[in-house]
Amino acid sequence: MSRLSIMNETKAQATADSLYKDLERRVTGAPPGLCPLDLASSFLKLCASQTCGKCVPCRVGLPQLTNLIEDLLDGKGDMKTVDLIEKTAETISSSADCAIGYEAANMVLKGLKGFRDDYVAHAKTGHCAAEGFHAVPCVSLCPAHVDIPGYIALVNAGRYADAVRLIRKDNPFPSVCAMVCEHPCENKCRRRMVDDALNIRGLKLYAIDHSGHVPVYRDGEKGAEATGKKVAVIGGGPAGVSAAYYLAQMGHSVEIFEQRKRLGGMLRYGIPSYRLPREVLDAEINTLLTAGDIKVHTEISIGGADYPLKKLNEEFDAVFIAIGAHTDKTLKIPGEDAEGVMSAVELLRRIGDYDYPDFSGKKVVVVGGGNVAMDCARSSLRLKADKVTLAYRRRKDDMTALAEEVEATEVEGCEILELAAPLKVEVGADGKAKALWVKQQMISNIKGGRPAPKDATADPIRLEADIIVVAIGQGIDSYNFEQAGIAVKWGCIQALDSEEIANMPGVFSGGDCVSGPATVIRAIAAGKVAAANIDEYLGYHHPIEMPTDVPEPVPHNRPACGRVKMRERPIDERIHDFNLVEKGMTEEEMLQESNRCLRCDYYGFGKFRGGREFRW
Amino acid sequence: MVNAKINGKDIQVPENTTILEAAKLNHIKIPHLCYLKGVNEIGACRVCVVEIEGQDRLVSSCNTVLQEGMSVLTNSPKARQARRVNVELILSQHNARCAECVRSGNCELQTTANDLGINSFPYHKDLPAFDWNKEFPLIRDAQKCIKCMRCVQVCDEIQAMHVWDVSRTGSRTTVDVTGGKDITEADCTVCGQCITHCPVGALTVRDDTQKVRDAFADKDKIMIASVAPAVRTSWGEQLGLTHDEASANRLATALRAAGFDYVFDTDFSADLTIMEEASEFVEKLKNAGKNKFPMFTSCCPGWVRFVKMVFPDLVPQLSSAKSPQQMFGAIIKTWYAQILGVEPEKIYHVSFMPCTAKKYECDVSCMDSSGARDVDVVLTVRELGRLIRSEGIDVTALE
Ligand SMILES: Cc1cc2nc3c(=O)[nH]c(=O)nc-3n(C[C@H](O)[C@H](O)[C@H](O)COP(=O)(O)OP(=O)(O)OC[C@H]3O[C@@H](n4cnc5c(N)ncnc54)[C@H](O)[C@@H]3O)c2cc1C
Ligand code: SF4
Ligand code: SF4
Ligand code: SF4
Ligand code: FES
Repeated sequence: MSRLSIMNETKAQATADSLYKDLERRVTGAPPGLCPLDLASSFLKLCASQTCGKCVPCRVGLPQLTNLIEDLLDGKGDMKTVDLIEKTAETISSSADCAIGYEAANMVLKGLKGFRDDYVAHAKTGHCAAEGFHAVPCVSLCPAHVDIPGYIALVNAGRYADAVRLIRKDNPFPSVCAMVCEHPCENKCRRRMVDDALNIRGLKLYAIDHSGHVPVYRDGEKGAEATGKKVAVIGGGPAGVSAAYYLAQMGHSVEIFEQRKRLGGMLRYGIPSYRLPREVLDAEINTLLTAGDIKVHTEISIGGADYPLKKLNEEFDAVFIAIGAHTDKTLKIPGEDAEGVMSAVELLRRIGDYDYPDFSGKKVVVVGGGNVAMDCARSSLRLKADKVTLAYRRRKDDMTALAEEVEATEVEGCEILELAAPLKVEVGADGKAKALWVKQQMISNIKGGRPAPKDATADPIRLEADIIVVAIGQGIDSYNFEQAGIAVKWGCIQALDSEEIANMPGVFSGGDCVSGPATVIRAIAAGKVAAANIDEYLGYHHPIEMPTDVPEPVPHNRPACGRVKMRERPIDERIHDFNLVEKGMTEEEMLQESNRCLRCDYYGFGKFRGGREFRW
Repeated sequence: MVNAKINGKDIQVPENTTILEAAKLNHIKIPHLCYLKGVNEIGACRVCVVEIEGQDRLVSSCNTVLQEGMSVLTNSPKARQARRVNVELILSQHNARCAECVRSGNCELQTTANDLGINSFPYHKDLPAFDWNKEFPLIRDAQKCIKCMRCVQVCDEIQAMHVWDVSRTGSRTTVDVTGGKDITEADCTVCGQCITHCPVGALTVRDDTQKVRDAFADKDKIMIASVAPAVRTSWGEQLGLTHDEASANRLATALRAAGFDYVFDTDFSADLTIMEEASEFVEKLKNAGKNKFPMFTSCCPGWVRFVKMVFPDLVPQLSSAKSPQQMFGAIIKTWYAQILGVEPEKIYHVSFMPCTAKKYECDVSCMDSSGARDVDVVLTVRELGRLIRSEGIDVTALE
């Protein structure tokens, strides 16, 4: 007999491993709104299959836990069952011999805390608190609930203008979103169960690239009859403009008050044009402004002495506050006021007004790990900086920026320094920044779901820097609104889910100024919600209707197939200008990608319920 | 027109025809269970699946439109196997005690299973525990429900009452009263449309025939039947009579043979209701300023319940007249009791009606003009058939 042997993977093992991979995809693609107890029970069964069988709490306890949860699911349990589940899980968690046992029990304990209401509901009524309902995954995860399978089908059929119209029913900014949306819709795309999520944003880009100009109304169509009601919108970002667009279609007179020179908010004064060209943004906004009676006042800041909120409240029937998040968060380290230290908002705002600083011959350090930091770093490269370094407290994996943004930043030539916390700015005799000193960090325990950094026992590092861009987050300039009597918490305006301000009838608020810095599509959704609720508040119910039919799916084979990725311009070309980096799909790529869509509006639960919202 | 092939045969059908309809037009039968044209085309039971040549997966023929050039196989080995297995799976969650089921002989699942020749059963039985208020005229048996969703759709899309909803989650998904309420607390008009469209015996009308048999057994009771016009015209079908044979006279004879002492036609009180409503309308018109119009009829308890629950502000516009059934009940137990010279309690009045809501109506507490219940029991057309059959009456031999 041989003393040692090489480990060879058997066919069974290889298949099992590939099934685990399938399972991973299935878990990622899990539909939203399932019964959490059913999930816990199924998960426990998997865990129990992993037990080695040695120790009692794991071998016996896990299946018994499953039985108890199944009792609740079958309506055979009561509160005593819940208590017993808790006691048993606690015991397995504290006494199982290895992680296979105690981590399984910890998941049950987590659920007992996180969805206790569901446990109690099952115990008391025999079923879930909220009866889950299988929405179309992409549509339900899109904050604005855009009819995604609908427009994918239209793109597939070559009906690009109709696709744009259908998107506009729920989201007035198809072009903007085609370029910069963070696409939460793709997170749970059912296609993940087969291979990978659809490239939804890419298909939208194809639609807008091929639709030509699509006016708000077709020939002979127009908005609702004028109501004579006046609505003021404070802030011309995506939230404000979306609300104005729908309110105008509903026949109300809208006036937008914007403190800057141009409309767009962070779409213009934040997102750089190599991701969202100004012409695209301008064209989109100009189209939207033709939806009805919309007046735009720029360079007027509301809230101060000249234009107090009270004045708008008196002159208008309703007011929507969508002022975004535009103040800078500072590092609070010595030397921060030196010349050469600037905030992300400051830098990007200048660029937004076509004022491009020249960084040639300069070394730039950007502080931060979010998308804004990546935009600052990539912009600095395009402003001809000699060297751009990005310093971040945690690791690359912990960055809040999208992985593809981080990757693009790196390949374009920016160096990323992980685990580096700003200590002080070294200032020259001329008052100019010379360097950023950083404290070295090490990654440590997980707090609030994220690994936290802590100081390492190591010497500080000096990063030579003429320009230091601080991109560690934005705050909200809500002081004046707080003074006017609106509740504010951590700077965020406090609005109800309906976006009403509790103590001020007729005043609504949404977007970044309520949620804190978020995303374009969430701001758009806020504008949509505001429009609907303002319309109701004004005593109307103007529905926004489906502008087109949607082709029914024709059955066809859907073999597992890779996801089409977007192409980009070559690096050495694109880093010298602010022109668009991304390139759209080809026609054959679009056809393949759109055919991958499983049409969840039709197949599965969609054909029965929730497949399509015809009006809102 | 669309040119395609079904089972190798060239066919031509209008555009937007489903495979199921196209097959039917060409005399090819595809079994189906959940499909209800225009109401429920959700592809739930997967019994109607067929193979399209060149495609990996089967499609549900009930909601897949036949495309130009398609070649469909309704009986390929794959389709045959799937159809059979799916019916067996449905049966695994169906309490198939056909001998005790009122739908036996008229059940789409029974017919489908029989046609497919299913006579052994490979799966575990999996019947949910459930509870139902048996006093209500509408009875649901969760152990028979095949989750086709027809009742949900009919109640949502046609009746607009939303009584039924999908309930529970995952593999325990079933149908129940919306919000988990008791049926007596739901907005059910007792119209019976869900019962009519349920393919199996999961939804039925409360059977009251035994109450009538018990009354027959009570020698003190004077048994009076009143028969609605709709019953009079439709009663013979289930007993194998032709339209001509199923005459009013033959029905009266049958009811007498069963044990009724007097048999009336509700026509008479329908006229009374009309007269009442007409005079009420004239009165209202005289005071047009004080009253809202139009005035609505109150002759149907399902409609009255609907107005009360969905448009309560229209209730004052309902006529205050009783329905024909209840007018008849009142007359029988007051005026006719006087003619017969008996106490109203001695009369047992059975009303034969085409609709479930009447069962609910006769139970309403104020329906007691004589001090006793005006209508003791309401039987539907199907119950009438069952009563006659159970009494062993050969209707063909009657005059
Ligand atoms: C650099 C950067 C990059 C980003 N990249 C992305 C991305 O790729 N994808 C994505 O989804 N999101 C991205 N975001 C976030 C996104 O831009 C914002 O979430 C979104 O613009 C918020 O919309 P809003 O309408 O609420 O606010 P804003 O867009 O901030 O608009 C608010 C408007 O109100 C005006 N205003 C403020 N106060 C007043 C006042 N008192 N009176 C009158 N007007 C006032 C402001 O000038 C501004 O025009 C990015 C943000 C930044 C900063
Ligand atoms: S497969 Fe299509 S419809 Fe389904 S979630 Fe993905 S994009 Fe949406
Ligand atoms: S439609 Fe059928 S396959 Fe799809 S989730 Fe529902 S039950 Fe499962
Ligand atoms: S009760 Fe009848 S109609 Fe309703 S889902 Fe069940 S089987 Fe279908
Ligand atoms: S009849 Fe077609 S799926 Fe049920």
